[in-house]
Parts: sequence; C-alpha cells; structure tokens
Amino acid sequence: MRIATLLLAALLLLPGCSSGQWGWYVVNPATASGMTNLKFLLGGVYYTVLLTLTGILISVVVGLLVALPGLSKIRPLRVASRGYVEAVRAVPILVLILWVYYGLPQLTGFAISVFWAGVIALALSDSAFEAEIFRAGIQSIGKGQYEAAHTISLGYGATMRYVILPQAIRRILPALGNQLVYMLKMSSLVSVIGMQELTRKANELVVVEYRPLEIYTVLVLEYLVLILVVSAGVRWLERRMRADERG
Amino acid sequence: MYGNETKTIIRFENVSKFFGDFQVLRNIDFEIRIQERIVVCGPSGSGKSTLIRCINGLENHQHGNLVVDGVTLDGSSQTVNRIRGKIGMVFQGFNLFPHLTVIQNLTLGPMRARKMKAKEALELGMHYLERVHIPEQASKYPRELSGGQQQRVAIARSLCMEPKIMLFDEPTSALDAEMINEVLEVMVELAQSGMTMVCVTHEMGFAREVADRIAFMDAGEIVECSPPNKFFTAPDSERCQQFLDKILHHEDD
Ligand SMILES: Nc1ncnc2c1ncn2[C@@H]1O[C@H](COP(=O)(O)OP(=O)(O)OP(=O)(O)O)[C@@H](O)[C@H]1O
Ligand SMILES: [Mg+2]
Repeated sequence: MRIATLLLAALLLLPGCSSGQWGWYVVNPATASGMTNLKFLLGGVYYTVLLTLTGILISVVVGLLVALPGLSKIRPLRVASRGYVEAVRAVPILVLILWVYYGLPQLTGFAISVFWAGVIALALSDSAFEAEIFRAGIQSIGKGQYEAAHTISLGYGATMRYVILPQAIRRILPALGNQLVYMLKMSSLVSVIGMQELTRKANELVVVEYRPLEIYTVLVLEYLVLILVVSAGVRWLERRMRADERG
Repeated sequence: MYGNETKTIIRFENVSKFFGDFQVLRNIDFEIRIQERIVVCGPSGSGKSTLIRCINGLENHQHGNLVVDGVTLDGSSQTVNRIRGKIGMVFQGFNLFPHLTVIQNLTLGPMRARKMKAKEALELGMHYLERVHIPEQASKYPRELSGGQQQRVAIARSLCMEPKIMLFDEPTSALDAEMINEVLEVMVELAQSGMTMVCVTHEMGFAREVADRIAFMDAGEIVECSPPNKFFTAPDSERCQQFLDKILHHEDD
C-alpha cells in the first residue's frame, strides 16, 4: 500500500514539471460528475476479479490434469501432455480470446457469452504454464516419499492427494501467485470483446470525457492496488503454510 | 496346518534381477519363515537393498519366483497391491511426510488405505507411538524431532498398518551414534514380540542379540547364511570372514 501512495504522490506532482495539463476534475470524487465517473470506472472491478478468479481456478485444475499424465511412465500420455503445453503456449492470449469468442461458435453452433469466452481463453492459455509449474513442483518431491506411500498401501490417487501435492503446492505457491498476477493483468485483454471489466470501462469513459491521461492513470492505479492485494494474500498464505509445518 | 511349507512366509526361488545389463541379484534361493529375524549384511553395492525392496514390490525381479505370504510376485500391480499393506518398511532416510504431524503420519495409512475411522486410527496411532516411546511428540512435525525420534516415528508408521513382515534398510546408518541405541532398542522389542523381520544393518551387536540367521551378501549373491554363533565364529566362506574382520575390527576402534 505504501508503494501505491508513493506512486500516486509522484503522479500528482508530475504536472508541475511537465507542459501537460492535468484535469483531475474528471475523476474528482468531490464533484458529482467526477464521483459518477469514478464509480463507473470502479464498476469494472467486479468483472476483472471474477474473470481472474474463475480463470485461475479452471487453469489450475486443467494445468494439474495436464501435468499428471506428463509425469506418467506411459509414453503416449507424456507426448499428449507435452503437445498440449507446446500448442497452447504458442497462441497469444489476445488471439485465443478472439478465436474462442468469434471462432468457436461457428465450430460448435452455440454462441458463447463474453464472460465465458474470456474465462475459457484466459484459463486455457494459463493452463499450459500451470502444467509446467505443477510438473516442476511434483518432480521436486523425492522418490522416498512415493516409496513411503507405497509401503503404507496408498494408491496413486491417495499418494498424490495426501502426500505429493500438499508438498508440491507449498513449493510452487510463489509461482502460482505470479500466475495469478499475470492472469489479473491479462484479463484486461478481454475488453476487446466487450467485457465490462476495468479496461473496458476506462476505454468507454475516455471516449466520452476525452481525458485519457487521468482516466488511464486511474486504471493503472486500480490494477496496482488489486495486484498488491493479491501479492499480500499470497505472502500471507505462504507464511501460514510454513507456520503450519512448524505446528 | 503343519510342516515347514506353511511356515514359510517369503521364498526366493532362483531370483535374478538386472538394472540394464548389470546383474544386481544372482540366482537368489532363500526362504524366510514366519517370526524369523533375518539380518542381511555385506559390502556396499552388493544388492542388500535391492533384495529387500523386491519383497514389497519396490523393485521387480526378472527371473525366478518370489513368493510372499502366498502371493507369487509377477511385477503386476495387482500382486504387489495384495502384499504391500502387509509389509512394513523402514528406510535409512526415514521418509516421513514433512507436511504432516507425527500422528498424521501414523494415521494416514490406516485412514486412507485401511479405511479406518479417524477416531480408531488415532487410537491405533497413539498405541504404536507409545510402543516406540514417544507419545508426547504426537502433534509435532517431523523436522522438530531428532533423527532417532524420526526413525522411531517411521517404525510406528509402519506398525500402524499391522504388517506381518517388517523390512529395515539400514535404519540406523543416518543417525548420530547417541541415537542409534534408542532405535535398536525399539527394534529388539519388536523382534521379541514375534514380528517377522528382515533387517539390512551392520550393527553386529544387534545381529548377535536378535537374529535367527545372518545373511552375508556379496556381488548379488547370498554367500553365507547361518545363525549368529556360526556366522561370527566359523563362517564357511572366505569373503564373509574378510568382511567380518573388517567391520568387527572397525567396531573396536
Ligand atoms: N535404480 C537403479 N538403477 C541402476 N542401478 C542400480 C539401481 N539401484 C541400485 N543399483 C545398483 O545396484 C547395485 C546394488 O545396489 P543396492 O542398493 O541393492 O546395494 P546395497 O547392498 O544396498 O548397497 P549399500 O550398502 O550402499 O546400500 C549397486 O551397484 C547399485 O549401483
Ligand atoms: Mg542399500
């Protein structure tokens, strides 16, 4: 939060040393119209957060489902997993969004809502990275843990669920946190298909008010605050899990 | 049910195993009877770990027959699944689950594999934790315990599966000298309770005290297998004698 305040202060001081003219009235909460505009901009938080959380949830699940066969002894499963990761990673997110929203309905015959098109594109795209993170995390667990699980008769599912994944997830938590931040930022791309999230709201307001500098500055701050909240949350979770192991 | 045949719980018949081109086990013929305490020793790389890891399916052999508690192990997961729950194993490096407390380490198998209720599993866990003399450590995490305590937790974790056979792979090799005895003490008690045990160890005092037979392995073969008296005083093989000279001399240092 301190960083956010500092940055805000810096931005407010900028007009003094530049030839540009700041027109903060456009988002000044003290005036009625400024307040309305500000509320309009902040109205995008809901969908940005919803897109991000739904997207990360799906991508973590898909990522895990892709990572597990990638670690199998059976070669075709490994090849399939590898192929998925390589293919999905090669598509730019923006292209995937356009493809899912405009292309997919032609293929399936069903129209898809803007929200779900965005979620699917974000989740698919991110799932390739999640799969790589899970793979590395699971591979970092020594074979002694599998052997101990073997001797207490745990099957594959129970071994993963109670022994391997809890340890792997603790190790990859920082990386998962990064992906969450990344997802939050990439959700701005869903604005191109009309999703009423933060970026779309800002674009729409710019068209009406024509104060891009102030409005986009607010937008930058909105993302900054959200991301600082996410980072704090991830760090809290890391601390809690570490405390967990100490008892 | 009389006769030696029914009393045999582990039988190696001409078992061989390869890692690639390298033969780790050479035509092993070996029978272990119920309640027998076997100590396996031998130089590093002789195949001791591999031998006992074949018994609970952590490794698969390629030739010959291996029959454990009436099940012929053929490398399939079905046969391994039938026997692995009956065979406890204690590792050199403990292999405790670091993210679980001591009692959670003990109850995981009973709850998830034996499908016991949490309360029952807890009672079972506490029972075995008392048997290894550390009931007061139940809610700690493994990293908070000494090596000796961790190894005793590992023993208790295996016992919670109420196994018929216990395998030990150099259970005290990773321990500081002052902690070796507390682990050996627990193992002696276990031996006295009538557990079938196969222990890879170089603790010759322990071998002398509890072993029914001591097997000496070298280069993938069981070169010598005899009761402690004979083993220490009049081993048949030259290689075994040399090995004994080396480690017994070392113990005197
Ligand atoms: N997974 C494996 N792949 C290839 N070779 C292996 C593997 N495991 C063991 N070996 C080899 O097989 C031989 C026997 O190994 P094993 O671990 O059974 O010996 P050991 O008698 O237990 O030795 P130590 O006293 O060092 O534990 C060694 O030469 C080892 O290098
Ligand atoms: Mg070994």
